[in-house]
Amino acid sequence: MSKLHVTTTINGEEVEFLCTPAQTVLDVLRNTLGLTGSKEGCGTGDCGACSITLDGRLVCSCLVLAPEIRGRKVGTIEGMAQGDRLHPLQQKFLEMAALQCGICTPGFLIAARSLLEQNPDPSETEVRYWLAGNLCRCTGYDKIVRAVLETAADMRGAA
Amino acid sequence: MTAEMTMTDIRFLAPETLDDAISAYAAAQGAARILAGGTDLLVQMRNGVARPGVIIDIKGIGELTDIAEGADGSFTLGAAVSGAVLGEHPRFGTVWPGVLEAINLIGSTQVQGRASAGGNLCNASPAGDSVPAMVAAGAVVTVQGPKGRRQLAVEAFPAGPGRTNLAPGEIVVSFTLPPRPPGSGDAYLRMIPRTEMDIAVVGVGVNLTLADGVVTAARVGLGAVAPTVLLVADAGRALVGSRLEDAAVDAAAAACRAACNPIDDKRGTIAYRVRAAGVLLRRSVAIAAERAGRN
Ligand SMILES: Cc1cc2nc3c(=O)[nH]c(=O)nc-3n(C[C@H](O)[C@H](O)[C@H](O)COP(=O)(O)OP(=O)(O)OC[C@H]3O[C@@H](n4cnc5c(N)ncnc54)[C@H](O)[C@@H]3O)c2cc1C
Ligand code: FES
Ligand code: FES
Repeated sequence: MSKLHVTTTINGEEVEFLCTPAQTVLDVLRNTLGLTGSKEGCGTGDCGACSITLDGRLVCSCLVLAPEIRGRKVGTIEGMAQGDRLHPLQQKFLEMAALQCGICTPGFLIAARSLLEQNPDPSETEVRYWLAGNLCRCTGYDKIVRAVLETAADMRGAA
Repeated sequence: MTAEMTMTDIRFLAPETLDDAISAYAAAQGAARILAGGTDLLVQMRNGVARPGVIIDIKGIGELTDIAEGADGSFTLGAAVSGAVLGEHPRFGTVWPGVLEAINLIGSTQVQGRASAGGNLCNASPAGDSVPAMVAAGAVVTVQGPKGRRQLAVEAFPAGPGRTNLAPGEIVVSFTLPPRPPGSGDAYLRMIPRTEMDIAVVGVGVNLTLADGVVTAARVGLGAVAPTVLLVADAGRALVGSRLEDAAVDAAAAACRAACNPIDDKRGTIAYRVRAAGVLLRRSVAIAAERAGRN
């Protein structure tokens, strides 16, 4: 089968790949590009484990077709840490044990970063609503919400 | 236009003009699907419900992604504008807070990044959240196909669950919301079994104009309780001329209950949905009236 050639920017680096017209971005990230940090929980937009940013906007990569990202800017969990330096959200999730099995974690981190970029001082309710599209079967959410709130406070203090 | 052939018969097109989109859509003779945010279409493709031979992404077309406020105060909203982009518009949410709330209720933050009012209308779910609010607003849909352009009221658009009155080859271009007289306000409320991420068991949109405390115009849209979203003209009539006294609001609530023809399912029984329709009407009227008082 002949394929489409797509050039895009992922985590600041220009990337080229071949895909079929109906392949999703999640599929290309994981299976073509080896970026397996984005997870597939459902494939239908319900769980948020596949969260990425597209031109800075939070979306589910399972609901975006690969040819749609031609010439756009994609952000994935692989671009969150700067080398060995974890993003403050990643550090806080570890310190506060805001994860158990971890499959939901990349999606929560990407979604939470996008929240804090828009709103550096969210209320607990705002955090819970913003993250309503991210499902976690293990933690019961409380530690995640607390970790996001504490990170926000730390980042405001540091700024 | 970027057109790419593959050996299989599936193709992805991203036209930059409406004319190119319409010719490609017509040329595909029913094998093509329009792609706006994809939050319904990709789910349907994954489930095997949709198997398009051609996918036409309309998000590169200016007219479908613009939000324009006319000199007369009307708004024209491109069919493919996402909920997140609409929410960031400096004016839209002040003029039409109910319509914006309804669109922003669709799915999660992630879904909002993509989902459009055009896709919500074309998907033709009886429970589509933006539709009752658009009906209440008196929005008009502009559609264009091989035979040209036409306009129809939002309430005339759905034909049944999953079916629309689009003619073959027609694409939804935009929604036009009329100018707002002073003293106007709108609201949309839905009832869902959870607090987020669920499908409405009832949705009610209300749009009111008041002058000196008297209702001079009222429209009510009702969702999720019949095969299509409905305009409840009797509910609007019950409110016009009143000062929103209990008797008038009771009559409007009764009109909403009478308009219901719902299904019985795990989200809500018939009796529950009918009753909730009346309750939501009252609450939406109260919010719309409070907003009207501020304008
Ligand atoms: C997790 C999740 C939660 C959801 N929650 C809600 C909810 O709470 N409330 C709700 O109402 N919906 C909900 N939905 C459904 C969906 O998000 C909405 O219906 C959304 O508005 C669809 O818009 P879209 O731009 O993504 O449409 P698309 O998927 O791109 O298109 C939908 C359909 O319309 C056609 N189409 C799109 N645009 C046009 C056009 N301009 N002209 C002609 N045809 C067109 C497409 O071919 C397709 O058949 C949810 C979906 C998901 C995945
Ligand atoms: S895998 Fe994309 S939302 Fe679940
Ligand atoms: S930690 Fe297991 S699903 Fe969230």
